[in-house]
Amino acid sequence: MFEYAPAPESRSVVRLQPAYGLFVGGEFVDPTDGDSFTSINPASEEVLAEVAAGGVGDVDRAVRAARTAYDRVWGPMPGRDRAKYLFRIARLIQERSRELAVLESLDNGKPIKESRDVDLPLVAAHFFYYAGWADKLDHAGFGPGPRPLGVAAQIIPWNFPLLMLAWKIAPALATGNTVVLKPAETTSLTALLFAEICQQADLPAGVVNIVTGAGDTGRALVEHHDVDKVAFTGSTEVGKAIARAVAGTDTKLTLELGGKAANIVFDDAPVDQAVEGIVNGIFFNQGHVCCAGSRLLLQESVADQVLASLKRRMAQLRVGDPLDKNTDIGAINSAAQLARIRELADAGTAEGAQRWSPPCELPDRGFWFAPTIFTGVTQAHRIAREEIFGPVLSVLTFRTPAEAVEKANNTPYGLSAGVWTEKGSRMLWLADRLRAGVVWANTFNKFDPTSPFGGYQESGYGREGGRHGLEAYLNV
Amino acid sequence: MSARSDLTELGRSETALRAFLHGLPGVDQVGAEQRAAQLGTRSIKATAKAWAIDLAIRMVDLTTLEGADTPGKVRALAAKALRPDPADPSCPHVGAVCVYPSMVPYVAEVLRQPAGGAGPADAQAAPAGTGLVHLASVATAFPSGQAPLEIKLADTRAAVAAGADEIDMVINRSAFLTGRYQEVYDEIVAIREACGPAHLKVILETGELSTYDNVRRASWLAMLAGADFIKTSTGKVPAAATPPVTLVMLEAVRDFRAATGRQVGVKPAGGIKTTKDAIKYLVLVNETVGADWLDPDWFRFGASSLLNDLLMQRTKLTTGEYAGPDYFTRD
Repeated sequence: MFEYAPAPESRSVVRLQPAYGLFVGGEFVDPTDGDSFTSINPASEEVLAEVAAGGVGDVDRAVRAARTAYDRVWGPMPGRDRAKYLFRIARLIQERSRELAVLESLDNGKPIKESRDVDLPLVAAHFFYYAGWADKLDHAGFGPGPRPLGVAAQIIPWNFPLLMLAWKIAPALATGNTVVLKPAETTSLTALLFAEICQQADLPAGVVNIVTGAGDTGRALVEHHDVDKVAFTGSTEVGKAIARAVAGTDTKLTLELGGKAANIVFDDAPVDQAVEGIVNGIFFNQGHVCCAGSRLLLQESVADQVLASLKRRMAQLRVGDPLDKNTDIGAINSAAQLARIRELADAGTAEGAQRWSPPCELPDRGFWFAPTIFTGVTQAHRIAREEIFGPVLSVLTFRTPAEAVEKANNTPYGLSAGVWTEKGSRMLWLADRLRAGVVWANTFNKFDPTSPFGGYQESGYGREGGRHGLEAYLNV
Repeated sequence: MSARSDLTELGRSETALRAFLHGLPGVDQVGAEQRAAQLGTRSIKATAKAWAIDLAIRMVDLTTLEGADTPGKVRALAAKALRPDPADPSCPHVGAVCVYPSMVPYVAEVLRQPAGGAGPADAQAAPAGTGLVHLASVATAFPSGQAPLEIKLADTRAAVAAGADEIDMVINRSAFLTGRYQEVYDEIVAIREACGPAHLKVILETGELSTYDNVRRASWLAMLAGADFIKTSTGKVPAAATPPVTLVMLEAVRDFRAATGRQVGVKPAGGIKTTKDAIKYLVLVNETVGADWLDPDWFRFGASSLLNDLLMQRTKLTTGEYAGPDYFTRD
């Protein structure tokens, strides 16, 4: 047996402070009412730091700082100068990527190989990409001299803390807006380290403000009268509440919400790569991915063969310490999320689906859920309809391409889909018919800053990434 | 996958063979390369590294295939195969020595020497496979394979007669690329027969097949025809073994065993020069086909310079210090 010895990434590169304030007007400040909460490592439940909980007054202070910076510095600044700051931030992210990756894994629970090889390279790429647009907005297809919106309120989720920060901040700054960003309460720490990078880059005070806190802080931010734009990524439930809150105001809104993506495997698929794609689709980032391929649709003629290969492959997954370089699946981000995953998985069993997990030993402390598949799932099962946001795959079958499309589209969501076939004409036929913002062809969970990303129906509206991503922050 | 009996029938008809090979699932190039690259990021440290280095040494087919090979050169290589690190008796010997047929008798002199005895033993006296280190010979008009079948057969028989217990043959790429699968198949079957008790490794020369779909088809074709091992390359064309090519071949042997019950070995050859490379291949084996193949009987490295790097890393692990290249024998 080839037993891999532990290969832990060193934590020494991260210097955690015992407590963090809010980042407002270019410096760290204490919250007015002094509230705070703890951020823990979900893999061990160890307390990492005390983080300030921003109240209504703090949000107001941050929005005012952003407004001042917008009026006096960032709004009037020529695009080529804004670009210099963004390029500088991108380079600093690359230089400090190891530190950021380790902290991301500590705070979020995701395996270091993902934060190191996926998240951080994409974060830097987003800043580089939008830095390039800053002085070329006249040529972005929105007419001459498109104007920024003003102050953007941005609320991001805990699944890709830094990457979602980059998706939000990079296009907003490139187009000349200033921002107040609220990270998720379980994963605030890398956003606060990013604030340090803004200081290091000499970014003018108030251009980026970071207000940590939970739902109440977010609500105060969304409802603030002087916010011109709200951008939210998170659950559909909260997204609907935000849409109601800004309805009837001038505030522009983009929402990137949940998903229940179909990953469709045809009988002529490249089986070994399809199995990799299925695994990547649902077990990447512990399944905490809004565009996760959580519904596997198998053509009945190859269902048994693909399932056997999938189970064999799942037995190879290494679950455990997120900081071990060989870990494939890390910790569930929070106790609350673990409870939700358990509840839905139990519902799957109760509704008669067959549950299977490879033999795998889970650590005693922290929040863990073994990679799981359910077979014998039908469209009527809750696990085929509701977003689980965990490492749980529901397997359904189909007989014909038309049936595959019908089942894939039979969801209130529409964020992403995957298709596996060696036949190009079928691929194009399906891409035309699938109601999803992204359709991946013989791959899954591929991201690139140049490619727009966003959903249909209850998966939200607006696009992030690419040229399309500029539009959400311009008055066009 | 067809039932076992059906697979043995395939070689009797060009149509059946073609239908079967073209019916194998395709390989997505991007996906295969991505998977191989991901496995390349595994971090193998400490005890795992020590274990992997010793295994890799035991898997080396120490190779010299040059026009300039002489009896002196190959004897030195054979001596090194038996005792790769003269300074450390705990260092394992390599898997095999691999040479041209004309050099086989000189290697046999060294490898088949009775323990403690002086002077060359009769190569024929040592039955195939009983030696500590196997004696492999390339044959069948290596490396191009562009010779009449009779010559390839004679080449093979001569190598076996001279003491080789493993034959590394090349497939007829000309026939394969023109779709004459039956011809490729029949040739492998004939060579298999000429090998007698010797093990047959079938070189696909994946660099000339160019697509992963072709690599998968050629792997199945060779296994159906009776290959004991499938091997990537001759080392004589620029594109030699790569992790994704080896991944596709490992998937083929895995699926072939599932279909037929027979296990076939895999040998990447050419271009594997460092311990880091070798460990990446072992990870590929471990996570694609598992522990059953993590053995010199089922996985080999065709390499020459790799061995010294393995020895240097091994010394580093045991002593904590890097020794200079002059502390390792160069042959």
